[in-house]
Amino acid sequence: MRLQYPTNIQIIRVPCTGKIDVIHVLRAFEKGADGVYAVGCMEGDCHFNSGNFRARKRIAQAKKILDTIGIGGERAQMYNLSSSEGPLFAQIASEMDEKIRKMGPNPIKLAKKKAA
Amino acid sequence: MIVADKKPIEEIIEEIKDKRKLLVLGCNECVTVCEAGGKKEVGILASALRMYFLKEGAEVKIDERTLQRQCDLEYLEEIRDVADQYDAIVSLACGVGVQFTAERYLSTPVYPGVNTCFLGANEDRGLWTERCQACGACILARTGGICPVSRCAKRVLNGPCGGSTSGKCEISKDTICAWQLIIERLKALDKLDEYEILSPIKDWSTDRAGGPRKVEREDVQQ
Amino acid sequence: MKVKTPSKLEKVLAAGHFAVTSECGPPRGSDPEVVIEKANLIKDHVDVVNITDNQTSVTRMCSLAACIRLKLMGVEPVLQMVTRDRNRIALQSDILGAASFDINNILCLSGDHQSFGDCAQGQNVHDIDSMQLIQTVRHMRDEGKFLGGDDIKRPPEMFVGAAANPFADPFEIRVPRLAKKIAAGVEFIQTQCIYNLDKFEEWMKLVRERGLHEKVYILAGMTPMKSAGMARYMKNRVPGMDVPEELVKRLAGVPKKEQAQEGINICIESIQRLKEVEGVRGFHVMAIEWEEKVPEIVESTGLYPRPEVD
Repeated sequence: MRLQYPTNIQIIRVPCTGKIDVIHVLRAFEKGADGVYAVGCMEGDCHFNSGNFRARKRIAQAKKILDTIGIGGERAQMYNLSSSEGPLFAQIASEMDEKIRKMGPNPIKLAKKKAA
Repeated sequence: MIVADKKPIEEIIEEIKDKRKLLVLGCNECVTVCEAGGKKEVGILASALRMYFLKEGAEVKIDERTLQRQCDLEYLEEIRDVADQYDAIVSLACGVGVQFTAERYLSTPVYPGVNTCFLGANEDRGLWTERCQACGACILARTGGICPVSRCAKRVLNGPCGGSTSGKCEISKDTICAWQLIIERLKALDKLDEYEILSPIKDWSTDRAGGPRKVEREDVQQ
Repeated sequence: MKVKTPSKLEKVLAAGHFAVTSECGPPRGSDPEVVIEKANLIKDHVDVVNITDNQTSVTRMCSLAACIRLKLMGVEPVLQMVTRDRNRIALQSDILGAASFDINNILCLSGDHQSFGDCAQGQNVHDIDSMQLIQTVRHMRDEGKFLGGDDIKRPPEMFVGAAANPFADPFEIRVPRLAKKIAAGVEFIQTQCIYNLDKFEEWMKLVRERGLHEKVYILAGMTPMKSAGMARYMKNRVPGMDVPEELVKRLAGVPKKEQAQEGINICIESIQRLKEVEGVRGFHVMAIEWEEKVPEIVESTGLYPRPEVD
């Protein structure tokens, strides 16, 4: 299909979004990511039954922590789509990119730069 | 096991915000099983704290460590060499572990990273419920194996009270009436006639009421 | 049953009369006039007046002080005592304090959970339970001893009562539970408010089958409904209360301003029906914040005038 989506997005493949833990999301931010989103299968279509539901809960937990420490919970998101929805994948990527650009860079990245 | 719950991160931050070298110390026992203070939770808290301090522009070193047990001296010794290098230790163990760590390392303040809740069981994924109040004089033999001291809101020994409705406690529709359970259990054991035996006034001196308790066993002492 | 105390309530019951009791909730303040006024509304129509002990866990003037007020005006009180707020030292101490004013009736209760009241964050005590409080009072009275074993100089002379809820769950344990209270030493019972008369009569039948009605005086609890709204609230929100749907419908079926009178009528009809039930030895009329209606209820049910006993 040769769909275009923002090049600043780094894809990390996991066997199932159920593999994603809170710590993975936090570490990404610690390392300077401006936003993190998980893209799971459609709810109800998980090959492992509940992996994507678990991911949603863990993203929610990460959002709460990010809000508490002033990074902004909006920077972490959960999306669901099926493997045939290439155009939607590209659309989500653009949407996320736009949202994070509006929020500005991860404050930690700025602090790190200042410290250096 | 001892069941604990995570302390809100903002509460922990409030305690340690002026410190510059921190050790987040987990425990591999009960708090790991109830997912409040094991290695995984240590990682999450440490990461969150690192980001918080970075954002505040403070240079803070945060290390992570998880001991087999914080309620045992031999495991606590494992941080002997490093403990005094920290401005503070945030212990994710239960209240016992927090205190025992503090007792061993007098010059380093130890802060609690969890709220210790009760002695309970893992009823379902993400659900822990109370089973014991450690009263020091077990009466389970008389109550069909169900404890009214820990599971009745009024710890009524001759229950149920008048507030038991449809098997639920008067305090909440989500709380099962312990005496309903006791009666059902006695019935299942064909021992319902034992219900009419009056439970005598309890000696609470073995409970918290008697002051700090200890178990001393000569047979296992050195 | 032989009279064991100077209690007027015990004498009325022992003489075979229907007893009539009522209750007053002490005020949320220190004005004694509130207690005195309430007592004046009902004193000629009842034998004794219960004073509640921080009912529904809302902090009020203490039961003992309000009982003393009644005693000073010549009205015989029933000291209600819950095990929620006092340990065995305080319970025994308050019993002696009451006895020093010759308060001769006590009602032993566990008390509503504190989460219902104004101090939901407070601790509860529950050192002993209501059943064990019955035992405690009987021990102090009959053995003349404290729980600790020492002798009491001038032991309390109290007629010992307890509550019973024929409607709480599980139903099958309701009669064994009464038997247990009798074994603990209870002498009179005031029941939970009765609205489901059929179920109450079923309970009484089971009570009679075990001969319990001959071992304890049972006073049927009666609370007139002020409105259909109150009936619905009691039905849905008050723990351990059994309000049949027909009763709610009957109240809702009359115009709003006549509902109060309809509530009184229902109460009167209920008393008349329960007077015929073997083992019912009296009525505990709890007109909550509606004490002025007690005389009408007592008079309309043929329970007035109250008997003289010495």
